Amino acid sequence: MTISSLIDSPSELTDSSSSKSAIVLMTRIRLARNLAGQSFPGWAKPPQREEILESCRAAVTAAPQMKRCFNLSVGDLSELEKQILVERHLISRELSGSKAGAGVIISKDQAFSVMMNEEDHLRIQVLRSGFQLKKAWNSINDFDSAIEEHLDFAFSPTLGYLTACPTNLGTGMRASAMMHLPALVISSQMEKVVRAVNQLGMVVRGLFGEGSDASGSIFQISNQTTLGESEDEIIKRLGSVLQSIIEHEMNAREKLIEADAGKVYDKVGRAYGILQNSHLLSSSEAMNLLSLIRLGIDLGAFPDANRSAIDRLFIEAQPGHLQHAQKGEFEPTQRDVLRASRLRSEFANFARPDFNSNPNGKN
Amino acid sequence: MVRADFSHTMANPLKCDLCSKPATVHLTQIVNNKVHKVDLCESCAQAKGVTDPSGFSLADLLLKASINPEQPATGVRCEHCGFTQNDFKKHGRFGCPVCYETFRGLVEPMLENMHHGTTHAGKVPHRALERKTLYDRLTKLELDLTEAIKSERYEDAARTRDEINQVKQAFQPKPAR
Repeated sequence: MTISSLIDSPSELTDSSSSKSAIVLMTRIRLARNLAGQSFPGWAKPPQREEILESCRAAVTAAPQMKRCFNLSVGDLSELEKQILVERHLISRELSGSKAGAGVIISKDQAFSVMMNEEDHLRIQVLRSGFQLKKAWNSINDFDSAIEEHLDFAFSPTLGYLTACPTNLGTGMRASAMMHLPALVISSQMEKVVRAVNQLGMVVRGLFGEGSDASGSIFQISNQTTLGESEDEIIKRLGSVLQSIIEHEMNAREKLIEADAGKVYDKVGRAYGILQNSHLLSSSEAMNLLSLIRLGIDLGAFPDANRSAIDRLFIEAQPGHLQHAQKGEFEPTQRDVLRASRLRSEFANFARPDFNSNPNGKN
Repeated sequence: MVRADFSHTMANPLKCDLCSKPATVHLTQIVNNKVHKVDLCESCAQAKGVTDPSGFSLADLLLKASINPEQPATGVRCEHCGFTQNDFKKHGRFGCPVCYETFRGLVEPMLENMHHGTTHAGKVPHRALERKTLYDRLTKLELDLTEAIKSERYEDAARTRDEINQVKQAFQPKPAR
């Protein structure tokens, strides 16, 4: 299997140098598409699922974006391999648990992925590091048109793209941004923000989507509605909501520093100490510590260049990635030992925090 | 905003919207400035992940709750895939694209609460639609041709054949951009 080569090759998410954004870790857009005249995956009989899978596979791999892609069948993947793909946001938990006749195609740089026979025949996704909604939309729009050259999509002039669930009708588009909001969490403003965002028709979720918790102060914000507006309008509306969340987070950071800079520096400094010296780290503790280091980078206590290393560790500290790196099966407690050891070595050469060179510091 | 309220466990006689056991969890969510309420029993709330308030969307539940439970299923069956209204109540998903025609009366009232509008305003798959128009035209021409040959109208048949060839040529996929 090619999972090892997938992990070892540079990817948009783990190696992009364009991740200059302090608050938005990545932007993601997915489009739901179905083939005209075919039952949706949840209702199709196994032979029909296979048939759908094969026509989708042929069309997707023919697109220029999928040159030298990873072309995988869910049935051929081990539990660990599926978990790694979930941790990289390349497949959903639903696809990883699906029966026969499901697959995923991933572009070489892991920026594009297409899930086949998840809830819909096709779930086309693009992933960009940083805050790049427009760029992400342009590239997925082209990719979708390239696939459409070979497939007849189920479409109604009034209801738009027809999807298995009516909540995705119309554009079939879900655009989202992964945001790092530590100051809003520390100052207990997140609930207020979630409420306001909900009223604007957007949804807030944890790092791994529906039902996941928000460890590491990372939240996914996406549009809730898909029908009645064009893709550009949805993206514009989402973009302005994201922009205002960014402003709120920046204000909250300023206020925290103004109120008690020492308290913030203490949190960052302690996180650094624990990451350098601990021998047992749970996944959620590690996420929270890494989040504080990322905040430290934004505050100027660590060099900017370290930000992409932290973003990579957010993913590599996840159980599947850890297990893969150590080649073997581990109990959760053993994993905590491995995680601590991995992070100790990663932080051994990490520069000490320097709060004096802090450009945002008001003290 | 989703708010889970576990307080009035005993006094409230409401039934769970999903399985009609006594409801103990009551949720409110505002979508497009409209208030939606859902009542659930303990086990359905668990199963739907409602107890985790940080990452939960009511969309699915709202969907099922918006189907009036008193309205008896009409027994309509999708001609294309055999899907019924009861199947939709069970899965919350449709069987095939044609179901949207079959169950139009069920879908339309749902959309207003669920979406920003009720009519598509986004991308249109022009290439695919163009192909479909051509395909429909071709089917008709082929019928004409059979007719013409059968009734020995050979001039018509020749003309129809030329047209068929033209349409077939338009079918050739353009080189990928």
